[in-house]
Amino acid sequence: MGRFHRHADGTTHSHDDDHTGHGHDGDRSGIGDHSGYRTGTERVEVLERIFDENDRTAAANRADFAGHGVCAVNLMSSPGAGKTALLQETLRRLSGPLRIGIIEGDIETSLDADRLAGFGAHIALINTGSGFGGECHLDAPMVRSALPRLPLDHLDLVLIENVGNLVCPAEFDVGEHARAMVYAITEGEEKPLKYPVMFRSCDLVVVNKMDLLPHLGFDLDAFLGNLRAVNPAAAVIEASARTGDGVDAWCQWLRGQIDSSARAAAPASP
Amino acid sequence: MHELSVCGSIAGIVERRAAGREVRVIHVRVGQLRQIVPDTLVYCWDLLCTDTSLAGSRLEVESVPARIRCRACDRTADLGDLPVFACANCNGLDVEVVAGEEFLITALDLAEGATT
Repeated sequence: MGRFHRHADGTTHSHDDDHTGHGHDGDRSGIGDHSGYRTGTERVEVLERIFDENDRTAAANRADFAGHGVCAVNLMSSPGAGKTALLQETLRRLSGPLRIGIIEGDIETSLDADRLAGFGAHIALINTGSGFGGECHLDAPMVRSALPRLPLDHLDLVLIENVGNLVCPAEFDVGEHARAMVYAITEGEEKPLKYPVMFRSCDLVVVNKMDLLPHLGFDLDAFLGNLRAVNPAAAVIEASARTGDGVDAWCQWLRGQIDSSARAAAPASP
Repeated sequence: MHELSVCGSIAGIVERRAAGREVRVIHVRVGQLRQIVPDTLVYCWDLLCTDTSLAGSRLEVESVPARIRCRACDRTADLGDLPVFACANCNGLDVEVVAGEEFLITALDLAEGATT
């Protein structure tokens, strides 16, 4: 890859001659017309993926998790869907039997991290507001910056609570083994069709706040139909973090992820 | 919503590839399934480049429609506006995305000759 032509010596080359092989097919921009420029323009083929750097760091994170025998789950949702409430109930049940770390992403404040304190889990907070522009998602370098603050050697599971947002977090691989989403039935049935990339990227959708079903005009079958249209393979768990219904099934799913990530990391055995 | 941070990534690649030469146009290919709004990307690019060596450069965004291929009947079709990942021919759900997830810099237009 790369046909970069250095001109450090200040020489110029013949524009017409040197453009063979530069991939002018599909050039509809009319940029070949140089009349508006004082000097000529040379097109250089690049073909470089814009997320390459993030994805390389994500691979390094994934390798570090695997090397320490840790399963990492990226938990995403819109704001207020109940990620932190579900995590509280998760820690209540699993912290102790399992050694858990939390990477907590939030644009500002430590409010969510404070809610998760006291359950015996190790918590690393990332305030994305201090980053460039105030990020609406976690990316792989941010998660990497949190790893030294977690005792990976002594953990079985790291839960990454992403920033509440149905768009951006779906775009960024952070090095997780599985992606789960918390979806509240107060959000309506049509969200999978409006945010297909997010719903498509998940291995599991926890349908939360099911205790509110009698009070809402929510059509669960219509929601599940929309979810199937964008992601036929996603597992679904109906739950209420408030009443605790379905939380055990979610914990079981987490244990399954730990088992499968351990199997994937183990050397081949008979 | 993340176009500004994406522009930061683009700038890193462009500066490395241009190696000091004046950059006029950055050609970017964006698939329909990438949640990048071209107008926002262009706006953020101008914002990011102000008072840098990339000031005055321009992003040229090429959009690529999403296409899915059915693994059961081998039919390939545009996804269309409604994101239903099922085969319109056999109703099969085992489909693969064959286009629409691209997000890359395809080319740079650099000033010939003098370095900046």
